Amino acid sequence: MVTDEQDSWFDDEAGPLVRPYAMTRGRTQPAAGWLDVATQVVSVVSGEDSLGLGPEHLTILQLCQRPFSVAELAAYVNVPLGVVKVLLGDLIERGDVVVRHPERALEAPARDLLQAVLDGVRAL
Amino acid sequence: MVSVHSSQQAMSLIPASVKILVAGGFGVGKTTLVGSVSEIPPLSTEEMLTEASAGVDDLAGVEDKSTTTVALDFGRITISPRIVLYLFGTPGQDRFWFMWDELANGAIGAIVLIDTRRLETSFAAIDFFERRNIPFVVVVNRFDGAYDYTPDEVRQALAINDGIPVMVCDARKSDSSKLALIKLLEHAMSKLPVE
Repeated sequence: MVTDEQDSWFDDEAGPLVRPYAMTRGRTQPAAGWLDVATQVVSVVSGEDSLGLGPEHLTILQLCQRPFSVAELAAYVNVPLGVVKVLLGDLIERGDVVVRHPERALEAPARDLLQAVLDGVRAL
Repeated sequence: MVSVHSSQQAMSLIPASVKILVAGGFGVGKTTLVGSVSEIPPLSTEEMLTEASAGVDDLAGVEDKSTTTVALDFGRITISPRIVLYLFGTPGQDRFWFMWDELANGAIGAIVLIDTRRLETSFAAIDFFERRNIPFVVVVNRFDGAYDYTPDEVRQALAINDGIPVMVCDARKSDSSKLALIKLLEHAMSKLPVE
């Protein structure tokens, strides 16, 4: 079927035609439990055993040769936070990445941590 | 080329992360403040404000603002190889409140940015942090054409208690934004329980 531009029911502003959750095969909850926006993620695999992984999974593994937060990964992979969490859940389950959740900054043991942050900000 | 780490090696590479929130009404300068101190240009899921949302968002007093944060934007400050600080601008519109709880969970605290022409747009943020006992400081962002109120006048108008620091800043200037961060960190430390 040939349509001219005026007949087209979508244009560039409509965004990608693949719905974000198609990348997660319709799943909206990660398999591996809670992830915070500031949870840090780092890869632990060679990337050779990529069976069952999509291009977004592989992009995450590539990026995570150095630690990144969930929020940074969502921004760099250019998918919504909810989607990146599901993709990360897959990678956690496979043992392809390890994560570290953010510190609980309002509890007493965090005093040294907060002091270090304060010193760091003062030195900016 | 993907490098191979063992899980243990990988864990030892991961820095501790901490969060600070930058809250306040729509168009108050949250992204500007984040951008002025972040080591990377703020990352976001920002979208252009369209006519569709112009009917929803209150544009009074922000006539020059053509884009807005409709989801989340944030910056990063690498404190050391062991610690990374994230600054999250909280979604400015009421329909994104569901994201605040996750952002606030475990956070050091919040900078509540104020535009004195539209004080009421900050009420919701102040209420949120007060109720959850999350340390916050009130920071008046200086806008062209806005009357300069003293911190005491702002404190009175917002009906916040003497324990909450109030200061004035220019969110465009990194030194000024840095002072707001320092004020918040000092305030948060003063609120820590004694070990």
